[in-house]
Amino acid sequence: MQPLLVCGGLIAGYDRPVVGPVSFDLYAGEVVGLLGSNGAGKSTLLKALTGQARIFDGCLTRAPGLRMAHHRQQPVRPRECPLTGDDLVRLTGAGRRTPPDDVARLLDCRMDQLSGGQFQIVQIWACLGSPADLILLDEPTNNLDPEATAGLIRLIREGLGGRTLLVVSHEADFIQTVCSRVVPVSP
Amino acid sequence: MLELLLDPLFHLPFVTGLLLAPVAAMVGVYLRLRDEWLAALAYAQLAGAGGVVAVALHAPVILGAVVAAGGLAVIKGLLTRPGNDHYVIFILVGWGVALVASAFSAHGDMVGKSLMDGQLYFTGRPHLMAAVALIVAGVLCLPWLSGCLLMSRFYPDHFSANGLSARPHQITFDLLVVATVAITTTSFGVMAAFALLFVPAWIAWRLARGWVWVLWLAAGIAVAAYLLSFVLAAALDQPFGPVLVLVLAAISLLRWLSMPVPGRR
Repeated sequence: MQPLLVCGGLIAGYDRPVVGPVSFDLYAGEVVGLLGSNGAGKSTLLKALTGQARIFDGCLTRAPGLRMAHHRQQPVRPRECPLTGDDLVRLTGAGRRTPPDDVARLLDCRMDQLSGGQFQIVQIWACLGSPADLILLDEPTNNLDPEATAGLIRLIREGLGGRTLLVVSHEADFIQTVCSRVVPVSP
Repeated sequence: MLELLLDPLFHLPFVTGLLLAPVAAMVGVYLRLRDEWLAALAYAQLAGAGGVVAVALHAPVILGAVVAAGGLAVIKGLLTRPGNDHYVIFILVGWGVALVASAFSAHGDMVGKSLMDGQLYFTGRPHLMAAVALIVAGVLCLPWLSGCLLMSRFYPDHFSANGLSARPHQITFDLLVVATVAITTTSFGVMAAFALLFVPAWIAWRLARGWVWVLWLAAGIAVAAYLLSFVLAAALDQPFGPVLVLVLAAISLLRWLSMPVPGRR
């Protein structure tokens, strides 16, 4: 089976290198975790995959036609924002799928009226429900209490539908629970 | 008063304004989406200055406005992250150039004054044709453009992550803004054009729930304000631009009559 994505000795950063060298392959249907301490460069690595950070060395090979969705560590959320959760999931194409109940009850609300945790869950569904082949989740447990984190784990298991997930988190327990493989990341 | 409104001389300006008001308001919604609301005033001021300079060069006013606003769009595209500070400089330059250029001839002075005052009644057939063309272009490209602009705002790395170029929709939007502002400014005047771009979007942003409603509400507010202003300006024999600005300023109070400032729970 051909990998969806190959990272070979990747060194990435901005003005200067921040992370790497890191090597890993991603195959269809895998859930892979990037685990590392704060400041290890996990988010920078994801940004390198999406073209938002500079690659200093190494190779990054993508399968032809690969579609990616990226849930950022700090998703864009203007202070005043009239878009509803429904607008957001329609935008990414997640509106074509039936959302879980935990998500569905939030979709009518304006984004600026959701709590941090509710907004996080809607954002994650907007990525998981999209038609992307590879979904990148950066610190998806941010703003979530233990109950919401349990809901997130259900969401990932039920919403992934055989696609590939790359998760960044500094929470080892969460990574061990949802991922089939873990890649350590260090500066 | 009714006789004034039914005067055939007013028909063409009335229809032109009625077409332009909702278009400007909807473009204003997208400028707000991109945090570029101050750019609207910079575009309007430079379009006004371009119109006055065009008179000095014996060129059509609309052409001068389009060229000046287009120049701003090009400069904006060259700046990686144009901030409000840049737009303030463009506003000041536009104001200064408009006043200096208007001093060169009596005609330039008259055009400059009408652009600053906002005299809708001076609009002619070219404005109407331009407004119709603008609406056709907007209707054709908005379904595609809207999705791209929203994706760029809320998922900034969507395009680079998927090997797509963001330039086509950025350039298309800039062209749409340039055309809208140039035509609206030369029809309504500088401050009235800015008010139409800013106020309806600002109110709708607060009151509406959902993206489609923001667009419809902004367009509705703009049309209502326009109709009221047209009647008031004719009845009170006042220049149209300032009346429209004052009506929009009064309508903006709606923001404070709605729910409290949205707070995140």
